[in-house]
Amino acid sequence: MNGSGEEEVHRTVERVARESYGRLVAYLSVQTQDLAGAEDALSEALVKALTAWPRDGVPQNPEAWLLTAARRSLIDFIRHQKVVSASEPDLLFFTQSSAEGTLETTFPDERLKLLFVCAHPAIDPAMHTPLMLQTVLGLDAVRIASAFLTPPKTMGQRLVRAKTKIRDGGIRFEVPEKGELPVRLDAVLDAIYAGFGIGWDDMAGVDQRGRGLAEEAIWLARVLLQLMPGEAEVHGLLALMLHCEARRAARRDRDGRYVPLSEQDPKLWSLSLIEEAERHLSEASKYERPGRFQLEAAIQSVHAERGRSGRIEWSAIVRFYQQLNRISPTIGRQTGYAAALAEANGAEVGLAVLDSIDQDAVSAYQPYWAVRAHLLQILGRNPEAQHAYDRAIGLAEDPAVREFLLQKRGLRLFISET
Amino acid sequence: MQFAMLIYETPEAFASRKSDGTDSYTGAWRAYHKALVEAGVFVGGDPLEVPETGTTVRIKDGKRGVQDGPIADTKEQLGGFTILELPSLDAALEWAARCPAALHGAVEVRPLAPEIKRRIVE
Repeated sequence: MNGSGEEEVHRTVERVARESYGRLVAYLSVQTQDLAGAEDALSEALVKALTAWPRDGVPQNPEAWLLTAARRSLIDFIRHQKVVSASEPDLLFFTQSSAEGTLETTFPDERLKLLFVCAHPAIDPAMHTPLMLQTVLGLDAVRIASAFLTPPKTMGQRLVRAKTKIRDGGIRFEVPEKGELPVRLDAVLDAIYAGFGIGWDDMAGVDQRGRGLAEEAIWLARVLLQLMPGEAEVHGLLALMLHCEARRAARRDRDGRYVPLSEQDPKLWSLSLIEEAERHLSEASKYERPGRFQLEAAIQSVHAERGRSGRIEWSAIVRFYQQLNRISPTIGRQTGYAAALAEANGAEVGLAVLDSIDQDAVSAYQPYWAVRAHLLQILGRNPEAQHAYDRAIGLAEDPAVREFLLQKRGLRLFISET
Repeated sequence: MQFAMLIYETPEAFASRKSDGTDSYTGAWRAYHKALVEAGVFVGGDPLEVPETGTTVRIKDGKRGVQDGPIADTKEQLGGFTILELPSLDAALEWAARCPAALHGAVEVRPLAPEIKRRIVE
């Protein structure tokens, strides 16, 4: 086979791996209750595909081919472990299917069970998102580690530990019962949103700590929606992320400088993503079960409305934040509330809200200082504003945001004047 | 526990030291330092003079060897260090990501070794 043919096979393997990874891992691990084993078997199958497909041609149903190959690896593994007696039904199931030589062209989509396992209450919440990214999307530990600012070796060990706990802790691969569902679903939604990594869109140059996994998080939310189309908050989460994603091109100007939301050019927003977000938001409202993500999405929807009306309805944003803070008042939401309130009723009122937030909690929370600096500057309290800008600049991770705040603080202006 | 942030900087970053202190890199450092101090995590640290001012000494086979410049001739050079008091490596990496030198240079985070210090300091 020539070089380009091999490349094509590589691309096919990559594509199938990307599209089918989660479905295959979910299906295999539901059968064996062993997530790590299922992943190992699938990686072996992918390696085999890279040798076999260039030689024999890409099979008609690549997914089924991978499933069969992964099964054979699992059988070998189970035999090797000499746990045949304990796993007899499993082994029987696997041998039967592969001995018949027939490839199953369809198999049930078990990814919902997998998502619930990843966000199980017995698993460290900090590991929910990394587990999902690895098992459902097949992301490697190094990439996940970078996104979460963790040493790759540590992330690898934490992932292995979590999977061992799932296997040995008897965490069942199942969709929770109705009574348990809301709380368990919350954990799944939280984990997906944590991957998205943008808390809220800002007005004064907050640290948009994009973890570079926005696309992956949206993909996960789409998978979840496909599996649970009747959950209002799933629609809400997807709407929220789509609204933020719609503004990607407007976040930086041509020179790479940071542009705050209220100054973004709406013509640069993706209309199709905004429309899709709005569809999900209105679909969610039909269930009459408001929740955090629907409210967060509603706030973004008000911002998006500026594209049509040319103005921002701050009083509506204030109301949504009030509702959010009644559900759970995080420092992010309190800061967002203060910023919106300042726009609606004046900087002084916003500043009073900021003053009421626990000072220990915000000592390393960048958005608080960015908003505080902005409000103090409006009020002409310059020395205090400079101090708050310094805190916001010092805590900023995104260099474009840092530069933007330095400018607002007046440092660059000083240079251009001299 | 205490961590050292070893700050590796590019030639461009070293060159910015010649400015009058109003450049954005220096401004970012001023703000970063303030954030470290006010968050209560700063223990100590200092910038170092530019790498060319370094002199390296080795004793080999009983003979003194003195060399101009730093040990390794790499693009990014040690430009300073900061000691932080933090509960975990995760927290230290958060601060390292905010360091102005992380953008073009690199920041290495390493725990201090108090056990070794006790063995040496009697």
